[in-house]
Amino acid sequence: MTMTATFWSRLGDVASLVATPLAPSHYLELVNPLWSTHKLEARIEDVHDETADARSLTLRPGRAWRSFRAGQHVRVSASVDGRRVTRTYSLSSSPLRRDGLVTITVKATDGGRLSPYLARRARPGEHLTLGKPQGDFVLPAQAPVRPLFVTAGSGITPVMSMLRTLALEGTVRDVVHVHYAPRAKDVIFVRELRRMAADAPSSYRLSIVHTREPGAARFGAPALDALCADWRHRDAWACGPQSLLDEVARVVEPARLHVERFVAARAPLPAGAAGGKVHLRVSNVEVSADGATPLLHVAEAAGLSPAHGCRMGLCHTCDATLNSGCVRDLRTGQTIDEPGARFQPCVCAAAGDVDVDL
Amino acid sequence: MRTLSKQELDQLGRELDAIQAEVKASLGERDRRYIQRLIKIQRGLALGARGVMFGSLALTPLGPVSWAVLGAGAVMLGVAKILENMEIGHNVMHGQWDWMHDPDISSATWEWDTVCPADQWKHSHNVVHHTWTNVLGKDRDVGYEILRVTDAQPWYPAALGQPVYNALLGLFFEYGVAMHDVDIKRPLKESRHLLRGIGKKILRQVAKDYVLWPLLAGPFFLHILLGNLVANLIRNVWAYMIIFCGHFPDGAQTFTEAEVEGETRGAWYLRQILGSCNIEGSPLFHIMSGNLSHQIEHHLYPDMPSNRYPQVAPRVRALCEKYGIPYNSGSLARQFGTTTRTILRLALPGKRGGARPAGTPRPAEVT
Repeated sequence: MTMTATFWSRLGDVASLVATPLAPSHYLELVNPLWSTHKLEARIEDVHDETADARSLTLRPGRAWRSFRAGQHVRVSASVDGRRVTRTYSLSSSPLRRDGLVTITVKATDGGRLSPYLARRARPGEHLTLGKPQGDFVLPAQAPVRPLFVTAGSGITPVMSMLRTLALEGTVRDVVHVHYAPRAKDVIFVRELRRMAADAPSSYRLSIVHTREPGAARFGAPALDALCADWRHRDAWACGPQSLLDEVARVVEPARLHVERFVAARAPLPAGAAGGKVHLRVSNVEVSADGATPLLHVAEAAGLSPAHGCRMGLCHTCDATLNSGCVRDLRTGQTIDEPGARFQPCVCAAAGDVDVDL
Repeated sequence: MRTLSKQELDQLGRELDAIQAEVKASLGERDRRYIQRLIKIQRGLALGARGVMFGSLALTPLGPVSWAVLGAGAVMLGVAKILENMEIGHNVMHGQWDWMHDPDISSATWEWDTVCPADQWKHSHNVVHHTWTNVLGKDRDVGYEILRVTDAQPWYPAALGQPVYNALLGLFFEYGVAMHDVDIKRPLKESRHLLRGIGKKILRQVAKDYVLWPLLAGPFFLHILLGNLVANLIRNVWAYMIIFCGHFPDGAQTFTEAEVEGETRGAWYLRQILGSCNIEGSPLFHIMSGNLSHQIEHHLYPDMPSNRYPQVAPRVRALCEKYGIPYNSGSLARQFGTTTRTILRLALPGKRGGARPAGTPRPAEVT
């Protein structure tokens, strides 16, 4: 480390000792949440409705932000009705943006917890917590790239980041893009896409298919042939619902195919679900349980001895993390189905199949 | 108070459960804003207090003015420490705010600004005290193992020193709390790991308040050290006063292990009510007491967010009236006064009072 870096590092150590049991970051964030170093906060600078149910949020990330590659995604957390909800969204802006801002484009999903809030209620000035950019759905580092983009609905978001990057680099040379959306009014970024296509029709060949309209061509080899003769020699990037991705995988050679899958965070729970298969992740044990036995007892019956205290839902000593599935609090009937949520195994039973950190 | 039948106890349990379920279902944005704002205010106050204390050093030529400003800063820091210890720390570590899924405000991660390690506190308090509330021989909070607070505890010669232990415990309360998870009846070497944790926490806290912050003042080292000492004393004494009003005032009941054998949910609720005492006061007083002024509600619902205790208190009181259960509530003067009188009296042998007025039925005495 350089002398100045060492100096600041030592200063930070002293500041930690003086702030204990907090970190200096806890005080910095009182002044400006973006100065926080123990977590990555971002301020919503602007919101822009792309369609009736999709909105782009322009974010200013805090100090801990490092750059990303076009096509990557981040975990986004916000407080909705008091509870922190975390979901993953693709970054739709280009990392080459000069102003240091990033955008996510969120489409409100039916029954979603975070997307309706972001797409309809979040306002400039509010803060979100971000994770680090992740994912390998990216363009190769070396130019030139002659990609085939296949997108549908909100699957266009990571590809938009790629297109904007190519445009900023000036390397939009031979891009083919087919995008599916139910109707014209559902196409996110439609103006920007059409403008790019109009500016350089031979460099960026865009085909938007409105699937709800009669005569819409389904995805398949014939549709691709009509669009672009050499598609078999191109690398393809596909993002959209599982049905589309399945079709693409049937047609494009695996070695040339890059896929980004949007996975629903929570599976819908059948009404009255009780009991199921319990996967105890820490010990990698799978057992069956009914809907009335607390998961602490289930784990103990399987030969484990998780930490516990009062065994009556008071002391939170047995708190465990729900990885997937749904548990029911036997005292109130309330269900917990948020992945990553903490629950009390001494009073919660399985409601359907669950995977828990026990 | 008349004896409660088994059916009445069950019904009491259901009615108290219903209040909790209703509150749980209604938790939302307003509650989150309460705790977030409180934390912001407390941290700002703590930092501001230190700023005021350092500011006073610039006024040293003005003699008494400088000391007055230093004192004001020490009081501000004391108030900040009280808020952190009671309304924030104690309540967050109870899991009251875990429903928010906020990793920064979670019982799993919170460490508080006292010499007591959070993990040991969560065991001695959340598990032991709240499960075995007021059960002699099991709940270490009954006298904290150095005070005789009820007739039910037999007299021993060392009790004569109680007035002194009591005063010392008040002044150095955080150290008493730090030792709380250690079973002093067993050989100390069995608690090696606990003592190591306590030692590490004490070191960090002492280094912060009595070495590092004072060092930042250069030649005025002693001024800042004194200011921080006063702030910690303020917090210790206030916390001691409020906490001692929780289960020791006249009217509180203690129980034996035999009495709580096979306790139903309703009986558990009844023991919490009979063993706890509330303090009356203004909304600000409630916040400054960490809402331990609502000790009854806290013991019924330890992981209910504390801002809701004032809301459920009238309903709990009404239920107690309905079932003929005494609801022990009084002014700070009355609760602390009777507590101190009891502790002083019980330094001497003979029947001198403490818990359990005659004629109150034990929870197990049901038909």
